[in-house]
Amino acid sequence: MAIFLNENSKVIVQGMTGAEGTKHTKRMLASGTNIVGGVNPRKAGTKVDFDGHVLPVFGTVKEAMEATGADVTVIFVPPAFAKAAAIEAIDAEIPLAVVITEGIPVHDTAYFWAHAVATGNKTRIIGPNCPGIISPGKSNAGIIPADIAGSGKIGLVSKSGTLTYQMMYELRDFGFSTAIGIGGDPIIGTTHIDALQAFQDDPETSAIVMIGEIGGDAEERAAAYIKENVTKPVVGYVAGFTAPEGKTMGHAGAIVSGSAGTAQAKKEALEAAGVKVGKTPSETAALMREIMQGL
Amino acid sequence: MDLYEYQAKDLFAAHGVPVLPGEVADNPADAKAIAAKYGQPVVVKAQVKTGGRGKAGGVKLASTADETEEKASAILGLDIKGHIVHRVLVTPASDIAEEYYFSFLLDRANRTFLAMASVEGGMDIEEVAATKPEALAKIHIDAIKGVDAAKATEIADAANFPAEVKDQVVDVIVKLWETFVAEDATLVEVNPLVRDPQGKIVALDGKVTLDENADFRHPAHAELVDKQAEDPLEAKAKEKGLNYVKLDGQVGIIGNGAGLVMSTLDVVAYAGEKHGVKPANFLDIGGGASAEVMANGLDVILHDADVRSVFVNVFGGITACDAVANGIVAALEILGDEATKPLVVRLDGNNVEEGRRILAEANHPLVTVVDTMDNAAAKAAELAAAGV
Repeated sequence: MAIFLNENSKVIVQGMTGAEGTKHTKRMLASGTNIVGGVNPRKAGTKVDFDGHVLPVFGTVKEAMEATGADVTVIFVPPAFAKAAAIEAIDAEIPLAVVITEGIPVHDTAYFWAHAVATGNKTRIIGPNCPGIISPGKSNAGIIPADIAGSGKIGLVSKSGTLTYQMMYELRDFGFSTAIGIGGDPIIGTTHIDALQAFQDDPETSAIVMIGEIGGDAEERAAAYIKENVTKPVVGYVAGFTAPEGKTMGHAGAIVSGSAGTAQAKKEALEAAGVKVGKTPSETAALMREIMQGL
Repeated sequence: MDLYEYQAKDLFAAHGVPVLPGEVADNPADAKAIAAKYGQPVVVKAQVKTGGRGKAGGVKLASTADETEEKASAILGLDIKGHIVHRVLVTPASDIAEEYYFSFLLDRANRTFLAMASVEGGMDIEEVAATKPEALAKIHIDAIKGVDAAKATEIADAANFPAEVKDQVVDVIVKLWETFVAEDATLVEVNPLVRDPQGKIVALDGKVTLDENADFRHPAHAELVDKQAEDPLEAKAKEKGLNYVKLDGQVGIIGNGAGLVMSTLDVVAYAGEKHGVKPANFLDIGGGASAEVMANGLDVILHDADVRSVFVNVFGGITACDAVANGIVAALEILGDEATKPLVVRLDGNNVEEGRRILAEANHPLVTVVDTMDNAAAKAAELAAAGV
């Protein structure tokens, strides 16, 4: 089953002909993703050869969907054009849009999110500023390296890209149903809660790893959700225990402001909801290892 | 990027929000000259990017130009919550009938913007928010519809602004929203927004945070960066496009990806507890780090006088470990004799074998390769302690 993305997913790439888009389209194809085309209004009607995979370029997301039956788009366009690209995907009502682009102004994200809500939430948005989503062995929409871990029964949701990779690596002997990087920006589409809910409902997922970081209160809200709704075992990790107040740590959302957003507060909230929280990635992986061995 | 009060008020004025005149001085004599020009009592206000200035003695009234010089002299150089005052704003003193509070900010939980308003503004707004939450109106803003006069009226009514100033307040709210959107701000705060005895509404203070992701469409924002106040290493890193934050420890940290670097800081802090050492910085070389980026990062960190050892922690996702290894070797070559601090390197992921091979072949005396994050952190902490 996996969540949000599976072997039947037909993927298009917005910005496929750009440098990043080209590089990652190749990588996604190599990991077995069924990519059916790209979108670039200036190159509509042309074809691009990716080591033998010849993919058509369409003028719009709508045209690409009509021609190919695509149900997933991965967005690699530069920050200045990301808002328009996301709105185009939302207007085409594609079921899943994965926004990889880093550095999108938050007013732009707020705008396209509001547009998604106003038009009835037909499109699930993952990101922006995220590594995307992988259901190992089935499909890979984004930039998560496919060779870190294979398929298995752990579901992983994380704000951070490289911590996603690190955790997949630590638990590679168990494998993953789906690993999803939701992004570290202050406003994101799919949240920890959305992923937790989907993993809870996914028969192929037995246990869940949730990785958070300082800033905001998404982890606290996820903790409250887990307490009420999640019966599968959840292991958590929060990065940034030693981050000082008022310093932004790389992710636009990763800042401790006043007493809010500290890793300690998030850890306590998660533990109160019955989540085992590791102090380091390796300790977190060890906690999950115990759970998986006991299942 | 947080702005100083005077910068925030310049932006307000540019968008038609009523503010008082004012000028900035970085020495008492200039402050005196500004006061003499106004020829009336003035307020001397410390320009620091933190709250609580009034309570810390950073805001003082002066009735004459000579007194302004004295007050400026007392305020300049003050340490307010770790921020040293380098500049003061001199502005005509105004009589205040009432103090209100107003802000627009990001509402992460609801993935939109929020307006907050209160007729009980001033220095104790935090206390009002904590003890009388009903006195602080919070209204969600639709990012597409924005704030027009009707929405501003809804906000003003929710906060119970007095009828006699409501029209003015509504106008100010609309203009603050224009400022918020046009400047790509993530915070616009006015505290206090005052009513003077003549009934006029004025933004007496201002706090603005700009979204650096939007810098590409705001070339003018580059001029708002206070180069003088920047940490020299942070400034150098910024010039090279590196995501660097100086901290106060001894173990230099380089990693790829914000989450992994934050996690590395934690692991080093835990490992450092028994040695009395801590992380010296946050440095994220990003997802697709090349050899050059790695070299730039090492260059910044090795020039930090507090650093005793360096921990390079890379999980190669997109980043190839061989590029990272080449970057380390190249950086050490460029730095030559300047590189005197031990490096602990942990590589995993994309092309790790080749990366480790390159480091083994270079066999640099300063470089130790360790296979896990935890062991590498322990080694880096141990080396930092030995080097102190």
